[in-house]
Amino acid sequence: MTTAFPPSGKLILALPSKGRMMEDAAAVFDRCGLPLTKSQSARGYQGEIRGQPAIEVQYVSASEIAGRLRAGSIHLGITGEDLVREASAEDDGRVVSLKALGFGHADVVAAVPTAWLDVHTLADLETVGLSYRRRQGRRLRVATKYMNLARRAFARGGVASYRLVESLGATEGAPAAGLAELIVDITSTGATLKANGLKVLDDGVLLASQANLFASEAAAWSPGLTDLRAQLVTRLA
Amino acid sequence: MPTLAESTAHFDRLEAQAHLLTAVFRAGGYELVAPAIIQPAGLMLDVIGEDLRARTYVFADHDGNELCLRPDLTVPTCRLYLERDASASEPARYCYNGPAFRYRSLDGRQENPREFRQAGLESFLATDRDAADAEIVGLVTTAVRAAGLRDMQLKLGDLGLLSALLDQMAMPQRWRDRLRQLFWRRPAFRAELKRLTTQPDAAARRLPARLVQALDPADSRRSADLVAAHLAAEAIELQGTRSLDDITDGLLVLVADARTPALPAADAALIEALVAVNSSAAKAVDDIAAAVRRPGIDLTPALDALRRRHDLMRAGGADLAAAQFSGEFGRKFEYYTGFVFELAAPGLGTNNPVAGGGRYDSLLAAVGAPGPVPAVGAAIYTERLLQAQLATSPAEATL
Repeated sequence: MTTAFPPSGKLILALPSKGRMMEDAAAVFDRCGLPLTKSQSARGYQGEIRGQPAIEVQYVSASEIAGRLRAGSIHLGITGEDLVREASAEDDGRVVSLKALGFGHADVVAAVPTAWLDVHTLADLETVGLSYRRRQGRRLRVATKYMNLARRAFARGGVASYRLVESLGATEGAPAAGLAELIVDITSTGATLKANGLKVLDDGVLLASQANLFASEAAAWSPGLTDLRAQLVTRLA
Repeated sequence: MPTLAESTAHFDRLEAQAHLLTAVFRAGGYELVAPAIIQPAGLMLDVIGEDLRARTYVFADHDGNELCLRPDLTVPTCRLYLERDASASEPARYCYNGPAFRYRSLDGRQENPREFRQAGLESFLATDRDAADAEIVGLVTTAVRAAGLRDMQLKLGDLGLLSALLDQMAMPQRWRDRLRQLFWRRPAFRAELKRLTTQPDAAARRLPARLVQALDPADSRRSADLVAAHLAAEAIELQGTRSLDDITDGLLVLVADARTPALPAADAALIEALVAVNSSAAKAVDDIAAAVRRPGIDLTPALDALRRRHDLMRAGGADLAAAQFSGEFGRKFEYYTGFVFELAAPGLGTNNPVAGGGRYDSLLAAVGAPGPVPAVGAAIYTERLLQAQLATSPAEATL
């Protein structure tokens, strides 16, 4: 099952290619005395850690890092826990967290219209879902880009009378637009939800996410690379 | 990755097996039909259970329609019936053999392929429910025997018993509905039972006390005005597809619950006792009667129906002494409403039954029939059946 690459023999570490996540990740390495240098490549997609010739750094978008970790085409990657958890239908152990990094905090939450005075918890949501279905002949629709995360969290929370509707942008506007009755979305301050007339359920924080250093169990790990990984984790601790 | 270029490794054997199975069904009076493989996703996802929904392949076609590959043949067969007879006015008995699709992680287990074939049968609008239930079990058992399976374990259940017991207890109808709807998920069912026996007012306590006091379940018009005034005072805008009336009704249910005396613990214990029944099917009726014996509780009609169904099954050749009856069985299948059964084969385990089915009297209305239609059916997991059969006749196992 393990994929035969990466072929270079180097340990491949993927870091977010833009935004706050990129800066915060670089700062973590800096603080630990492992400064990153970007290579001369015109597009700036590659780099190194100074003094660590056996590690190749690739700059990739945060969501793609989750996919590459699953595929095993990189050894290590820094990205959001939400993206990694969302990348698989089940927690199958292909991607493991080595360390939570203390930045990129954001919650994946279940939020309903504030006007739903009769709904405060996931259990209330199930009650309303059952009666909604009786009346309207269809299930409550949940707009989200976190299909897998939402499904697992609702199953854990005993919510079943719903249907997921994939939403790839401006999810918080879906209830007002009549495209869904509620949403599962990521939020760091809750301000966007509030501005859209939505409230987070009392037990609606489905995942308190932050950036993690992840390892791909699907990548090819030689004994040397495994050692290197252990050293890196120790340095970052 | 395991190779998936071929949908089945035993094409010839499955074809031959399917022929045997459907021959039994057809001889039993079931017309062979071929429901569509591609189904409307919205309808399918609204009526099937959570477990199946999560594993259904959904896609959009070139016109943007949301479609799915059928994860099961029961709903497609219901649609086919209604396409032929929109008002569900005539009884119909259909059988089928064809592919179905469910997401699986690719662990290469032969008994759980993601493309698999179901052979099954469905009986619509049969007026003698017990006889129709027994007929389905009889035909499925005969069919898997015809396909070469010698050893099998029959497991029986009846979701109608819970309904009958709840009807005998004093509680608001909405509590019965909720318990019935939650029955198939054990943790949610337990939590609801606990809430009803200890704190039916838990949800209302989260609401503004003044609003709770003012709301009147007997006057929904005035209550809606109060809710509207509350929303206006709090500068909360109404949005989305749930109306003021919907929200008011939700609140009135919470308020009514808070004003209803808690369910007696003895009633909850009786419900748990029914769910806990687990015995040989031959003794099931007596064991259930003993488990729920209490003054004021009379399950005679439900138990008579169960006894009659079991008698009909025995007359059809089923070995009830070897069959197991479980009060809890049937939880996994959201749309079943009464009788449920599974056939397990040694070696495959109870999580991978070779066949299963049951009664689903409210599904056709959800699919578009004008009202409830008595319906019962079953499906055989043909790959598992083949594997179980090969395992018991090792001489044929080498291909």
